[in-house]
Amino acid sequence: MRPFGVYVHVPFCASRCGYCDFNTYTASELGGGGSRAEYADTVAREIRYARASFGEHAPVAQTVFFGGGTPTLLPASDLVRILDVVREHFGLADEAEVTTEANPESVDEKSLQTLRDGGFNRISFGMQSARPHVLAVLDRQHTPGRAAEAVAMARAAGFEHVNVDLIYGTPGETDDDWRASLHAAIATGVDHVSAYSLIVEDGTRLAARIKRGELPRPDDDVAADRYVIADETLSAAGFEWYEVSNWARDGAARSRHNLLYWTDADWWGFGPGAHSHLDGVRWWNVKHPRAYAQRLAGVELPVDGREEPSELDRALERVMLGLRLRDGLPVGALSAAGRAQATAAVAEGLLDEAAYADGRCVLTLSGRLLADALVRRLTD
Amino acid sequence: MRPLNVHTDPGRIRNFCIIAHIDHGKSTLADRMLEVTGLVEGRNMRAQYLDKMDIERERGITIKAQNVRLPWTTDGLDYVLHLIDTPGHVDFSYEVSRSLAACEGAILLVDAAQGIEAQTLANLYLALENDLHIIPVLNKIDLPAAQPEKYAAELAHIIGCDPAEVLRVSAKTGEGVRHLLDEVVRQVPHPTGDPDAPPRALIFDSVYDQYRGVITYVRVVDGRLTTRDRCLMMSTGAAHETLEVGVAAPEPTPRPSLGVGEVGYVIPGVKEVRQARVGDTMTSASKPAKEPLGGYRHPKPMVYSGLYPIDGSDYPVLRDALDKLQLNDAALIYEPESSVALGFGFRCGFLGLLHMEIVRERLEREFDLALISTAPNVVYRVVLEDGGEITVTNPADWPAAKIGQIYEPVVDAMVLLPTDYVGSVMELCQQRRGTLKGMDYLSADRVELKYVLPLAEIIFDFFDQLKSRTRGYASLDYEPAGEQESQLVKVDILLQGEPVDAFSAIVHKDKAYAYGTAMASKLRELIPRQQFEVPIQAAIGSRVIARENIRAIRKDVLAKCYGGDITRKRKLLEKQKEGKRRMKMVGRVEVPQEAFIAALQTTPKTD
Repeated sequence: MRPFGVYVHVPFCASRCGYCDFNTYTASELGGGGSRAEYADTVAREIRYARASFGEHAPVAQTVFFGGGTPTLLPASDLVRILDVVREHFGLADEAEVTTEANPESVDEKSLQTLRDGGFNRISFGMQSARPHVLAVLDRQHTPGRAAEAVAMARAAGFEHVNVDLIYGTPGETDDDWRASLHAAIATGVDHVSAYSLIVEDGTRLAARIKRGELPRPDDDVAADRYVIADETLSAAGFEWYEVSNWARDGAARSRHNLLYWTDADWWGFGPGAHSHLDGVRWWNVKHPRAYAQRLAGVELPVDGREEPSELDRALERVMLGLRLRDGLPVGALSAAGRAQATAAVAEGLLDEAAYADGRCVLTLSGRLLADALVRRLTD
Repeated sequence: MRPLNVHTDPGRIRNFCIIAHIDHGKSTLADRMLEVTGLVEGRNMRAQYLDKMDIERERGITIKAQNVRLPWTTDGLDYVLHLIDTPGHVDFSYEVSRSLAACEGAILLVDAAQGIEAQTLANLYLALENDLHIIPVLNKIDLPAAQPEKYAAELAHIIGCDPAEVLRVSAKTGEGVRHLLDEVVRQVPHPTGDPDAPPRALIFDSVYDQYRGVITYVRVVDGRLTTRDRCLMMSTGAAHETLEVGVAAPEPTPRPSLGVGEVGYVIPGVKEVRQARVGDTMTSASKPAKEPLGGYRHPKPMVYSGLYPIDGSDYPVLRDALDKLQLNDAALIYEPESSVALGFGFRCGFLGLLHMEIVRERLEREFDLALISTAPNVVYRVVLEDGGEITVTNPADWPAAKIGQIYEPVVDAMVLLPTDYVGSVMELCQQRRGTLKGMDYLSADRVELKYVLPLAEIIFDFFDQLKSRTRGYASLDYEPAGEQESQLVKVDILLQGEPVDAFSAIVHKDKAYAYGTAMASKLRELIPRQQFEVPIQAAIGSRVIARENIRAIRKDVLAKCYGGDITRKRKLLEKQKEGKRRMKMVGRVEVPQEAFIAALQTTPKTD
């Protein structure tokens, strides 16, 4: 049986960051059961309906991940209550990885202790940068030192694994700013770092500011430089990449939940706009918290759409996701034309030669920077 | 009762046309004539009744000639006036000359607020060559800005008459129009011909009608045309059934026959206008004339361009559309060609720029096609070192080496402009390799400049430049004037060493560098970065004259967390792959078609 994970989306934030296009809302009162205070009860209802849909046997969750939005904008006791409902209805495997995302300013010693005692053992902080001017462009509310404090508190509370998210390529950020952020992240003592390049999404405040000329447009060559800096700095500090945007101190520190997404496993996503996958079928929930709550009040699953990817789509997804992993993609997953392209990519220095000889496509550093282009070639 | 086979006495016929510039009111005057002669009642009057095509109506210009038969009574006698409408653009000067050849007189119509324009002057010269009697007329005398005294003097100076002889009308209000028709009767000579000779009729227009096939408009010179005889086209020797003969009054009205001096239409039962060409002589198959009327010329394309559907699957639609247009356009020629950059399309030959624009617009409008056209070029005659000779209508056919002499077509150009702008226009003509041939002051503030210019220099934005340098006050006319030997080279644009056919151009050697630099830097902006560095070169043969570089792309990876939304990631990838499929490959370089289109759409700046 395939590994099974649970995702819980918490669609609330204290304020919306200028670059963010995720499904999140800043109003505390959305009405119609979509409000923050009622949220834990609403999600609990979806979890119960989901469990009922399995009949007698439901899979046990190997991982649970609370993402957002800002999950820690809910009281820690609400998050624990939701986790309890998951445990009650699906069950948690021994050694299950239970993660929540958090903003550094939205936790304190007490809330972290409540989460840890309630069963959370991994926490991921949205640090983004250690530079005040970069945080300001990103509209982040915390001060540079706050992330380090939050990590220390999480360690003190007993969290086994702690991650920080960083963003590079923000307008106004220099190479040195980026190095400083990386060193600050490493110094917090985390065992996992995710580094994402800033993407200017249509319709965001950031996109509007760039269009008006208030901020320069992020440059791809700069982003390439920053990625190389990240890989060098993190590698020198004992981290190892295991996915294009993710570095971990060791195998145990890798995000097992995210690996589910990338390895064709099953997961159920709860909450507005959450995506799920079970045995070849993908579906997603209605996006707005109020519509979501209303569907559940009507005793039905809040599904908005579904798809059953064709074998061709799935083959494409396998390459698209597998190629980004350090463990690589089995050469056998490629078509004959894809293998010819892979051979060429080895010669071009995009795929690791030794790994390829062992039957796996593993990206080199320059290959990681051109991963999407390579995926297109390998799947032509 | 209509009298059968009784022809109008040639002594009571007047055949005339109106020579005028766009906007000077020719169509309005024709409309007013239809009204005052009682042919069309005011309430049935579509503005500009005689212009039938949509494009003509929208642009307010006449492209194809129409004609109409007007009854008119002067001094108690009944007359038949044939108004033969002439096309107003230089591309169609041959058709203009045939329309003029069908007349004995011409109204020279000039806007009383603007004075004569170059095209009008050119057509006036053409009318004088055809020995037409000229009646000078100032129009728009009702306008506050009208300066009838000034422009009457100008007209008198040009045609050598007394300013008092210049008539004054307002086509808009109708003022002076009746008097003008009386003067047509008095001044224009009546037609003469031999009624008993074998019939000879000049085809001065030929149009395709989807229900009736080709309709030819003719002026009978000798004898008579009847439906009882098969008609014979003297240039091809082909005989056709004479399905119908009639006059335009103004709707087609069948008649048993047309006699000496009469103007009307003949439906010869053919499907393509090339079977009944403008300028040809129509006679009777049973009693053919020995000699055709003079002046027939086969239309020869002056400008060539490649037309490609933006969506490659539209190729068959484009082919069918060109087939259909050709039914009605004897001057349009085309043959299939393919381009690395643009796929499959057609190399098309046109009479000139306006003709090209009209064809393209009709293809897009009537056949709902989205098209891209390559930069237009003229026809070159290349003499090789071994004495051989080739005609180049496409830069792709330019010989690789061993070129002796190159000849390019030139035109006699006439520019009329206010004296203030003479310096600026002379500078422009200089830049365009022009040779000054003459300068004539039409009045104190208006000058006629005569230049010999390479046609190739005119088909790039010359007219736009002329207009912008003279704030729109200059007018231009030109006619073919043979060819000249020139130092021309073919500039190729290469991507990673591979030539891109759509961008090759024949230019003067002094302008090759400017063209190459402009094109290379434009392409650098338009072509996305590839995994490898892409040099863009402009070259003459193997000699590189300009170079740009597209740096290799360093990052092509989405580094953002989409969590479990795998579908979104896959859709994004599929979109990218779809974009890649639409790329054209030039060697190893992927170029989006939009880049080719953008590079071709703006006129390259060569000066």
